[in-house]
Amino acid sequence: MSTPTESLEVVSCEVRLHYNYAVGQVAGRFMQGLREGKILATRCSKSGLTYLPPRAYCERTFERCDSWVEAPGEGVIEASTIVVRGFEGKRKPPVAIAFVRLDGIDSAIANYVDGLDLSDYEAAMKRLAPGKRARVVFKAHREGRITDFSFECME
Amino acid sequence: MTQTVAVLGAYQSDFRTHIPDHTFVEQAQLAAVGALADAGMAGDDIDAFVFSLAPTHFMGVADADRWAIDHIFAAGKPIFRVHTGGATGGSAVQAGYTLVRSGMFRSVMIVGAERIAETPDAQEVLNLIFDVFYERDMPLSTNTTVGLWTTRYLHRFGQTQEDLARIAVRARRNAMKNPHAHLKGEITVADVMASKVIAYPLKLFDICPRSSGSAAMILGNMEMAKRYCSRPAFINGAAGVTDTYWIGDRLSPTSKFEFVDLGPAAPAARACYARAGISDPTRQIQVAELYDPYTVMYPVQLEQMGFCAPGTALRLDKEGFWDMDGAVAVNPSGGTLCTNPIAVSGLVRAIDAANQVMGRAGAMQVAGVRNAVSTAVGGIAQFFNCTVFGAEPYWAGGHA
Repeated sequence: MSTPTESLEVVSCEVRLHYNYAVGQVAGRFMQGLREGKILATRCSKSGLTYLPPRAYCERTFERCDSWVEAPGEGVIEASTIVVRGFEGKRKPPVAIAFVRLDGIDSAIANYVDGLDLSDYEAAMKRLAPGKRARVVFKAHREGRITDFSFECME
Repeated sequence: MTQTVAVLGAYQSDFRTHIPDHTFVEQAQLAAVGALADAGMAGDDIDAFVFSLAPTHFMGVADADRWAIDHIFAAGKPIFRVHTGGATGGSAVQAGYTLVRSGMFRSVMIVGAERIAETPDAQEVLNLIFDVFYERDMPLSTNTTVGLWTTRYLHRFGQTQEDLARIAVRARRNAMKNPHAHLKGEITVADVMASKVIAYPLKLFDICPRSSGSAAMILGNMEMAKRYCSRPAFINGAAGVTDTYWIGDRLSPTSKFEFVDLGPAAPAARACYARAGISDPTRQIQVAELYDPYTVMYPVQLEQMGFCAPGTALRLDKEGFWDMDGAVAVNPSGGTLCTNPIAVSGLVRAIDAANQVMGRAGAMQVAGVRNAVSTAVGGIAQFFNCTVFGAEPYWAGGHA
């Protein structure tokens, strides 16, 4: 369709946008929980499902989630990877991330997995494999952000 | 009155990383001109347009469908923009199909372009699709979430990275017969295994390139088909299913759909086959053009679309089931692993499938194709759609 021509020029542009996303009531309560060292989920008594991240409405029954529950600090790794190519503004790679389903919760939540030796990916992935158990570790200084906690392998 | 829908013509550009001597809208124009020429039609023969346009952060002009209207000869006509992430091109074909099938328009052009090389910030762009409160602080992107998917798939079925590597080897070999493909050539399983790790166990050669290029397809009713096309392909089945935004909701015993299974694929395929009169896909469908930007998505779709049982696609692959002369020729084009112009990838899959039915697939042509299926997947496996193209029109529940 086209043959690149050496003399073609470009017009350059840098787009900078800033946003201040309002967290709203549900995420706001979750974030307040993080400050207190708790992971808070919402529950729908009609479906019996407990959601993390918390939802206002049960997405199966379309009823309002009618209670908050504190999730336990341990669970099972459902999916995991070691991110080797990095992103600007995030932790320097390699980093391990996982979706962990905390005990009794019906959905898994993502976060970094700390405390692993990532010099050997295969060995690290054995500890991180789906089915292995992980625990929540809170930072000492918390700011009401998802990075207030991370996971640690228990096996 | 409900209408039979036929493919009358199509165009796809050659795909590559960068196309410096045309702008985005000029690319779309080349596709519109090319499809009209292929169908032997003029701009006035098109009643309505569907513009296939995924996230515009890559090409850097918001809502670029506006910019393209004159270039695709749509001014004065209705136009609909369609966007379902990576599934956009497949959704656009289905939107066009619906517009003709409803009897509202005699003919519809589905057209779009993609341009990805003008920003170096692709993974950052893809990170923007994640939830800002719970997920965006993590390095989540299409690559890293498919890393998670691949870990879970291999673990569940006890398969290896080498099993997946063979998919990439075959894709690039098939693509050698596709003049439009971006990546092609002979590579080995060892080459795939030695390619650099992106998100373990995902390596560079398990991942599609980002491609620039454009494509268009013209659909028409039976009256237009008789006038313009001696051997049309008929859209006999179309279906799409969506899933929850939350990946974590797809990783639990109580999940509605399981992440590893690409949950929407099985119900969409069932609905699509029922409309197209397909009861045994492996016997009745000769070609599948699957949307597979990552190696893991190839076996999962074959398994969930009824071509084989869960966990068996990679084993059957070893025995040649999905070769050009196998039970079903899967991705004779090399598929999305070799060429991924995001906004139009699903459209290209549909064009490649329709061309097989129309006998226009050139060196990729499989003999005796009566039915071909194309798929598209988007939004981290949140959108799935599939379309069956047949050599004869089929009406579930009786002929028109």
